[in-house]
Amino acid sequence: MAPILEIRNLSKTFGETRILRDIHVAVDPGNFLVLVGPSGCGKSTLLNCIAGLEAPSGGHIRIGGRDMAGVNPKDRDIAMVFQSYALYPTMSVARNITFGMRVRGIDRAVQERKLAEVAEQLQIGHLLDRRPAQLSGGQRQRVAMGRALVRDPMLFLFDEPLSNLDAKLRVEMRTEIKRLHQQLGRTMVYVTHDQVEAMTLATHIMVMKDGAIQQLGTPAEIYRAPANIFVADFMGAPVMNLIPARLRRSGGEARLEIDRPGGTPIVFESTPLPGPLPDEVILGLRPEDITEAGRGGDGPSETVECRIDMVEPAGADTYVVSSLGGRPVTARLPPDTAAEPGAVLPLAFDLSRMSLFRPKTGERLN
Amino acid sequence: MLSWLERQIPKIILAPTFAAVTVFVYGFIAWTAWISLTKSRLLPNYDFAGLIQYRRLFDNPRWDMAMGNLMVFGLLFILLSMVLGLWLAILLDQQIRAEGLIRTIYLYPMALSMIVTGTAWKWMLNPGLGLESLVQRWGFDGFRFDWLVDPDRAIYAIVIAAVWQASGFVMALFLAGLRSVDGEIIKAAQVDGIPDWRIYASIILPSMAPVFMSAFIVLAHLAIKSFDLVVAMTGGGPGYATDLPATYMYAMAFSRGDLGQAASSAMVMMMVIFAIVVPYLYSELRAKHD
Amino acid sequence: MTDQPVPLSAAPAGMRVTRPRLRRMALRAGLYAMLAGFAAFYLLPLFVMVTTSLKGLEEIQSGSLVALPREITFEAWSKAWSGTCTGIQCEGLRPFFWNSVAMAVPAVILSTLIGALNGYALSHWRFRGSNILFGAILFGCFLPFQVVLMPMARVLGLLGLAGSIPGLVLVHVVYGLGFTTLFFRNFYVTVPGELVRAAKIDGAGFFRIFASIFLPLSLPIVTVTVIWQFTNVWNDFLFGVSFSQAGSQPVTVALNNIVNSTTGVKEYNVDMAAAIIAGLPTLGVYVLAGKYFIRGLTAGAVKG
Repeated sequence: MAPILEIRNLSKTFGETRILRDIHVAVDPGNFLVLVGPSGCGKSTLLNCIAGLEAPSGGHIRIGGRDMAGVNPKDRDIAMVFQSYALYPTMSVARNITFGMRVRGIDRAVQERKLAEVAEQLQIGHLLDRRPAQLSGGQRQRVAMGRALVRDPMLFLFDEPLSNLDAKLRVEMRTEIKRLHQQLGRTMVYVTHDQVEAMTLATHIMVMKDGAIQQLGTPAEIYRAPANIFVADFMGAPVMNLIPARLRRSGGEARLEIDRPGGTPIVFESTPLPGPLPDEVILGLRPEDITEAGRGGDGPSETVECRIDMVEPAGADTYVVSSLGGRPVTARLPPDTAAEPGAVLPLAFDLSRMSLFRPKTGERLN
Repeated sequence: MLSWLERQIPKIILAPTFAAVTVFVYGFIAWTAWISLTKSRLLPNYDFAGLIQYRRLFDNPRWDMAMGNLMVFGLLFILLSMVLGLWLAILLDQQIRAEGLIRTIYLYPMALSMIVTGTAWKWMLNPGLGLESLVQRWGFDGFRFDWLVDPDRAIYAIVIAAVWQASGFVMALFLAGLRSVDGEIIKAAQVDGIPDWRIYASIILPSMAPVFMSAFIVLAHLAIKSFDLVVAMTGGGPGYATDLPATYMYAMAFSRGDLGQAASSAMVMMMVIFAIVVPYLYSELRAKHD
Repeated sequence: MTDQPVPLSAAPAGMRVTRPRLRRMALRAGLYAMLAGFAAFYLLPLFVMVTTSLKGLEEIQSGSLVALPREITFEAWSKAWSGTCTGIQCEGLRPFFWNSVAMAVPAVILSTLIGALNGYALSHWRFRGSNILFGAILFGCFLPFQVVLMPMARVLGLLGLAGSIPGLVLVHVVYGLGFTTLFFRNFYVTVPGELVRAAKIDGAGFFRIFASIFLPLSLPIVTVTVIWQFTNVWNDFLFGVSFSQAGSQPVTVALNNIVNSTTGVKEYNVDMAAAIIAGLPTLGVYVLAGKYFIRGLTAGAVKG
């Protein structure tokens, strides 16, 4: 199947500043691509280029196989949901949703039918006569979605649609968007700075920084095998532990060695390291890859006695913080753990799931 | 093609304004500037003649008088309007009942034409039947208030009317400024036990520097352009005692038929205004960019 | 003025030594006395105008300036409206009042309409050079009109509009555009750009977006602009006296001719009635929509 959206070699400069460079991506029908990154990384600019609201400085965008150069937003067969919802303030909800069809001169009966369908789907039938100012944040969000749904486009674009909602509503609406995606099976491109949103919604994630792609992959790939320290640090909560480590070579084999405060260095004796590596590396381990020794650890792991600095119960889990290699290191423990600040606890490190990075460039080594 | 046209719509919409501004503002400034450098009299003469008109202008005692009057009028008008406006704003900021009504009363003169204002004050300041005779009737036989017909004082009579008209507006500006001071700072000062007058003097007024600045700019602009009020109250008289640059320019252009003098005096007026406004605009714009 | 004022006199209880009650009351009384005194200062000219206009000439000559009329007569008003002489004509202020209406109405409508479109284009359809254009338009707000009087007189002559009301309309539209554009631009800049983007995706173009989204939002700024323009155009004297002739003079010029005519007996009551008539439209607007009037003044003051 041909991709719905295909971007090749896209760049965007504004004066001297390069906002986007070397963007390549293809989105297959039914996929949900999330563009994620810190503010200023160019993700919204990229979305605006796809929508035709900004002109790229170079490269190509194809939607449904059609080159989009010089094509107006209205002729791109897209719909877009905005961060501020961008509901027309002086129009009723019904008119907000049907505005596009009115502009296009679509038959009034068709307008009514589509409006009713969308209202039913989003359960906003009782709001149709209200003005946006009379709606709650969540209701506005639904209306904005309704305005996009009624277009029935080839490609949906979302620009941080949940960032103006409070925490609880955000989770609800996230689920709602996911449900819609599964129901409609449409292709969607979604911009957010929230990595949880990215992980839960996406079939594919594009992590961006400074206008360039850092990594493009499925949520599992991004989570398990981040392409560099930036992605490792940005994706996942609590964040991946990044511990400075040295290589101790003996014979043909190398072992990881980590400093710890006021004690002898830790050496992970039973884990041989793969391939050629530099003398210094950054070891990346997710908190769930460090557990309490002797409790349900299934894989091969290395046990280290660690002094606990802090205990942070979080309901379903308890996080304990220790210090290794001069960095705080977080481990995810079951809530009934006996860990106490100041005590020494044996922690099991599952190095089969480790990531290794080159300290200078941050690139992934394994 | 249609799409190209569509993208040009904003430019097409702005084109008439662009043309009008180019011709009627910049083109006209250029024309007047050029005429001020020629020997034009009744009819325009486009031969360059250097600064001859400016030399004539600065040698003319009537222009000297007009500029001197502008200094006196401008300084007094700006100073009194600011002091009175600020004082009224502070008074009105004291939790006044019927504040809206009082504000309306202080500000209504701004809605009137200067000609109407001038007519009213001319009548009130008329020595025979106005305030002077009123006070004399009250028993102060020696009371004199004949500024309007006294060549040395007539300009002050115009200042009174001008302040009456504009001070309410300055009050409105200052009141808005007072009200926009961060309330938490004031609460903090009150908790610290700072007396009210100190709060005004040390906290509120210093933070209103931009309001002072824009009030000053508006008043200076009004002063330099002052024309109607003088025409209505004194016609520039007695003699040329209340002539201002604006009345001088008008007289040269429309009754004396001396285009060169009219043009050079207009150019001087414009330069005075820009000498005040341009640094202000520049600092405003730069502040916004930071 | 939307912010809730912080009452300086209402500090939290116990935070400050309470003044003796009497002293406090005396201060408040002094405050109100002062406010009333100033109110009298501002009201006095209006009061004198109204009372003088209702008196007969004889009573004016013999009575006190601030006395109420012993006998109210509207003679001065009817003479001011339809009988008094402005130069050679003796038809009162009436024809000139209608001249002002005929000048102000189209000038206000046109300059507001063009200003709205300009402001919309300059705030949401920016292009290379649009900011410079805005600066160039804004510059006109500060222009002393003396600089343009003579070339304008010649251009009006060339266009065949010299001494005519359409000529005055043209002048007021051209030199009003700076402020109307400024008002609308500064208002429209606060409308989120996402609305325009959403509407573009919905398929609407420049005019459709303006008509469907911006115009319905514009009532407050249209009110401010219309009031500002009406006040300026109605009260204008300089353009009126420079570019009109006997038949086309606006009311301010006619009023000045009545008041400053040197022939005959000075009829102060007629002068005052005429002044009130000339000032009534703008005064009425001020009383009815003072809030918008002030907003225009202060908005204009920020930049102009």
